[in-house]
Amino acid sequence: MYFRLIWALAVKEFLALLRDKRSRFVIIGPPIIQLLVFGFAASYDLNNVPVAVYNEDLGEASRELVSRIDGSPNFEIVAYITHDRELAPLIDSRDVLLVLHIDQRFSSKLLQGTSAPVQVILDGRNSNTAMMAMNYVNRIILDYNLSWLASQNKSGSVAILQTRAWYNENLQSNWFIVPGIVGLLTLLVTLLVTALSVAREREAGTFDQLLVTPLRPIQILIGKAIPGMIIGILEATLIIVVMVTLFDIPLRGSLGALYLGILLFLLSAVGVGLMISAISVTQQQAVMGAFLFMVPAIVLSGFATPIANMPQFVQWLTYLDPLRYFLVIVRGVTLEGSSFSLLLNQYWPMAIIGIATLSLAGWLFRNRMY
Amino acid sequence: MSAIALKFSAVSKTFSSEGRQLSALDKVSFSIQPGRVTGLIGPDGAGKTTLLRLAAGLLLPDTGNIHVLGIDAIAEPLTVQSSISYMPQRFGLYEDLSVQENLDLYADLQGLSRIERPARYAQLMKMTGLAPFAQRLAGQLSGGMKQKLGLACTLVHSPQLLLLDEPTVGVDPVSRRELWQIIYLQVQEAGMTVLLSTAYLDEAERCDEVLLLHQGKLLDQGKPAKFSHSVEGRTFLVTAKDLGHRRLQEMLSRAPGVLDALIEGEAVRLVMETIEQPRVEVLLPGQKDIHITTVSPRFEDAFIARLKIRQTNPVTEFSSQLTIDLEKNDEVISVKNLQRRFDDFIAVNNVSFSVRRGEIFGLLGANGAGKSTTFRMLCGLLPASSGELAVAGYDLRRAAASARGRIGYMAQKFSLYSNLSVIQNLRFFSSAYGLRGKEQKTRLEWALTTFALKSFQDANAGDLPLGYKQRLSFAAALMHEPDILFLDEPTSGVDPLARRGFWARTNALAEAGVTVLVTTHFMEEANYCDRLVIMADGEVLASGTPLSMKLRARTAKNPDPTMEDAFIQLIEKRQQTLDTAP
Amino acid sequence: MNSLAHMRLVGLIRKESLQILRDPSSIAIAFVMPVVLLFLFGYGVSLDAKHIPLGIVIEQPDRETQSLAGAFERSEFFSPQHFSVIQTAQQALKEHQIDGIVWLRSNFSAQLLSNSAAPIGVIVNGVDSNQANITQRYIEGTWFAWLTHYAESRGQSLTMPVTLEQRVWFNTALSSRLFLVPGLIAIVMTLIGSLLTAMVVAREWERGTMEAMMVTPLRRSEILAGKLIPYFVLGMGGMLFSVAIAVWQFHVPLHGSFWLLMISSALFMLVALAIGLLISIVSKNQFVAGLLAIIVTFLPAFILSGFLFDIHSMPSWIQFITYLVPARYFVAILQTLFLAGDVWSVVLPNIGALLIMSLFYFSLVWRKFHKRLE
Repeated sequence: MYFRLIWALAVKEFLALLRDKRSRFVIIGPPIIQLLVFGFAASYDLNNVPVAVYNEDLGEASRELVSRIDGSPNFEIVAYITHDRELAPLIDSRDVLLVLHIDQRFSSKLLQGTSAPVQVILDGRNSNTAMMAMNYVNRIILDYNLSWLASQNKSGSVAILQTRAWYNENLQSNWFIVPGIVGLLTLLVTLLVTALSVAREREAGTFDQLLVTPLRPIQILIGKAIPGMIIGILEATLIIVVMVTLFDIPLRGSLGALYLGILLFLLSAVGVGLMISAISVTQQQAVMGAFLFMVPAIVLSGFATPIANMPQFVQWLTYLDPLRYFLVIVRGVTLEGSSFSLLLNQYWPMAIIGIATLSLAGWLFRNRMY
Repeated sequence: MSAIALKFSAVSKTFSSEGRQLSALDKVSFSIQPGRVTGLIGPDGAGKTTLLRLAAGLLLPDTGNIHVLGIDAIAEPLTVQSSISYMPQRFGLYEDLSVQENLDLYADLQGLSRIERPARYAQLMKMTGLAPFAQRLAGQLSGGMKQKLGLACTLVHSPQLLLLDEPTVGVDPVSRRELWQIIYLQVQEAGMTVLLSTAYLDEAERCDEVLLLHQGKLLDQGKPAKFSHSVEGRTFLVTAKDLGHRRLQEMLSRAPGVLDALIEGEAVRLVMETIEQPRVEVLLPGQKDIHITTVSPRFEDAFIARLKIRQTNPVTEFSSQLTIDLEKNDEVISVKNLQRRFDDFIAVNNVSFSVRRGEIFGLLGANGAGKSTTFRMLCGLLPASSGELAVAGYDLRRAAASARGRIGYMAQKFSLYSNLSVIQNLRFFSSAYGLRGKEQKTRLEWALTTFALKSFQDANAGDLPLGYKQRLSFAAALMHEPDILFLDEPTSGVDPLARRGFWARTNALAEAGVTVLVTTHFMEEANYCDRLVIMADGEVLASGTPLSMKLRARTAKNPDPTMEDAFIQLIEKRQQTLDTAP
Repeated sequence: MNSLAHMRLVGLIRKESLQILRDPSSIAIAFVMPVVLLFLFGYGVSLDAKHIPLGIVIEQPDRETQSLAGAFERSEFFSPQHFSVIQTAQQALKEHQIDGIVWLRSNFSAQLLSNSAAPIGVIVNGVDSNQANITQRYIEGTWFAWLTHYAESRGQSLTMPVTLEQRVWFNTALSSRLFLVPGLIAIVMTLIGSLLTAMVVAREWERGTMEAMMVTPLRRSEILAGKLIPYFVLGMGGMLFSVAIAVWQFHVPLHGSFWLLMISSALFMLVALAIGLLISIVSKNQFVAGLLAIIVTFLPAFILSGFLFDIHSMPSWIQFITYLVPARYFVAILQTLFLAGDVWSVVLPNIGALLIMSLFYFSLVWRKFHKRLE
């Protein structure tokens, strides 16, 4: 009896949500489109960065350096300039991100065995991109130096770095971002579905009708949580399938460990959503509330920038963010093949957040019945 | 300026929903003379709202032409809209603005000059009785007061043509009287033309002319008296000494030759199928002390005679036998010194009454008198500030959830799921009360057939005509066969035919032992109650049987007062004492 | 008639303003959200790694290995942990205790002293590829510095054949705060213009207030203006507030002219409002409008605008999509105006694009918005 009532409510929630063609569409269509677009767009790897070369040197050595830049997939030389005054407009107008300036005595200095400087002028407006580009230039110069030294037989005794990257052998940034999008989109849809569920009924007056039925607040809570959970699980599954098939992201760990994570993550997301819903009087407030939670949750989760780089105080805040734990789990299971026991420390905080928010939502239900 | 205020020429309109074509209006043609008040009447779903929306230029007809004040409403909707006012059924008040701010907004939008405003506002405030609440947010007003505010916003200026869609639904009789005065004043002073749809047939009687719409077709147009004339000689009043009026009505409605039997005061009004003097032996064989007098026909009689399909089979409500012990005449609902404050405003003050098992108990009062607040407290939706209340021995706010399974609640405002279909709503609410399997199936079937919802079963509840929404709400409240029913204005906006069916059903329920607590604005309906209280400003003004209320209102001038007279007298008396009080 | 139109419009605007003031969520979006976002991005988010936990495996401690380890210990980029066997270090990497390993095998010193190439094993956790790249670069830097130092200590000179001089324009310190904070203004305005407006108008459809509006003498243009003006003001208020925080709290310089900032913001606001209106007209339901606004305006402003991710590096079909995202143009203007100044070659084309977009979306709104119920 107890569970039949909950089930009846959950079925009603589903119908209310999915009967409308437009609601059905916004739950399924856009997240997939988002995954596709963002999966390809959200990347820190730089390709075809427009550069200009200002080569005043006529020697062989500088041509060799320029051809290395040209050969790199990261850069695309869009202009060769011959004069100082051409430089500023190119950068100002964002036609190029950087200019490689090779001094006229470059080759001669190099042959003399003294340091030959190369100047890089960067557009710092997007500091992140600038830094990345700088990294690439650095690596090219390093390679160049090593091969120059080798060709001059000057290497002497050197220690050589043999670098390997684990889990993401080619350091593709979409291997990092796309699993993160699983968490982001699942959170978005689940949070909105649950945050609006009670607010919508309050606005339409149907919540009263619900409260006079023998349903207990706790049953209403569970009945409202179930659709969020199920939609979240389906959404996550759909995105994971697209992720594995389209983006070729490996799934190295066990699905069990992943789905336990999804379940606990959804529990906490649903808890937060219902809490927002219980506080809100109107749907507008519910959406804005969901938003005020979601944006910091995404920023603080380590989705785009590492938590370790944040100030200590902010790092403490991230412990309240369920997405933080979930991202470790998705990335762990997909890329690292993490086992259940290795992820244990990610599971229990989400469970605690879920239980805390759901209890609070339940309490708010009872105490805000009028 | 054209000589015709509104002209429809062969206007048709169909809506398609989920592949089905629904014909809302079918080749409707009519014209309305300026300076007249025209009533638009017809059963629920007749196409009244569609007609008004077309006239307001909100919809485009499939075929035909519409001319408003000589302007083509299809080609120039904006020109039309600047010379008319239209009040939609669900008037769009901004609930987060105060009463005054809503009025100001519509005054601005309608271009009412600042000089005219004070006088106009005062007049509207008097009509609606909203003056004390001017600073309150519209969202915090009671349902009836919201409706009145909507009216006030519409009437803020005098348009050439005024279109009102069920303007008086949920409005109390005192305010309705004021409203009609305002309308007629403007018609006389400014030559305004009014077209209004209504479910109150006494209002139709006050119109200069009536349009009768049925299933999208215009059946007739003419003066109300012309309609009434058609049932001349077929209307009678029956009184019986030994029978209760409810029992009498039930027997008469099944008697041969009777088209309609309606409780009117302590008597029953009859409309016969043919012009013949009814005989007691035929109507009520074996009954004594029966008096039959001929009365002059009313509009409502004609309406019923025209549209009613005679129903002979008795009303059977409950598939299973109720387990109510009728022997015990105990108190089911008791309220003692109930009070509810919202900040410094006292919505319900010191209210006490009790309701016995199997009784129909009425809560009457002006809008904002505190009826709905009392209801919400009884249903456990709102905590009482002080006082005691018990429903079936429980305070529902604290009692176990299963106690709520014994009550059925029908809210004032439509509060079922608008985007679920009729059948889905019924299924959900029956499940929520624990019905399932075969039992649920039979109850669903019962609800669809008794409330004539079959043809709408897959339509979204939100898209139903107003009257059907009310039926659906009533059905949903009855799915689990509750033994206590709370009905908050159950018949608002329901056509007279459906209202009869509703009360027949409620009566049958009460006979079967169900306790019914009901609020209503149809004062004639108060006669169905066994006992009632009249409330004003959160307090109980009077309580007793309908007969005792009417007896109290008897004066030399009015020896046989109606319930409405009694009500208005009570309210006005109170107003006088309040005015004279320091 | 003109004064009547004026009265109607003023009435509508007053109504809308009162509603904004009464609903805490509107104010929260316009003034709390910018603060939260700016502080999060200004203080919380950084790609500049420091103190990367690094495992150093020294299988056989001696002078050479100690000297190399010392180089890592002195670097501000690393906080090294020492291991003696590779297995424990690898376990630590798996458990996310360290982000990378530098592995000096037992024969490292011997190889180094015998003048043959001595391999240093480096393993990084590549999950966060960006972070892994940065870690690698820091390791390389430390290694190269040590190599030069080591050569000198042995009397050899190891001059770098090519040295790199970097000169960064506009944001000399390459501080991510300086570029993130201006971009955020676009996000804040998208929120107010599109999300809030879409919700508010959808609510009018849902509550039936739109029907009441439609039968008043209000013209289509007046209804639209009545919505646009208050939210335009709110959005510009949010913008000015964000600019104030950016300039005074985060010391982001505003090199460009203020009036150019106002003009381009106003244009962007119009585009955002038009999209918000369009969404609400199409959806007429708050749930759909909210979700649609987030997905069509907010997320693209975040990801496809060049605010966080470089547009050049995206696949060309996505680059094509970014042309449809108004925030793309506005972010470019903002970053240029704040950090570079009035660079007409950037500002003009982008303003032109915003102008075209606002015209396009408004004509769409105009065509879709009827004073009818169907």
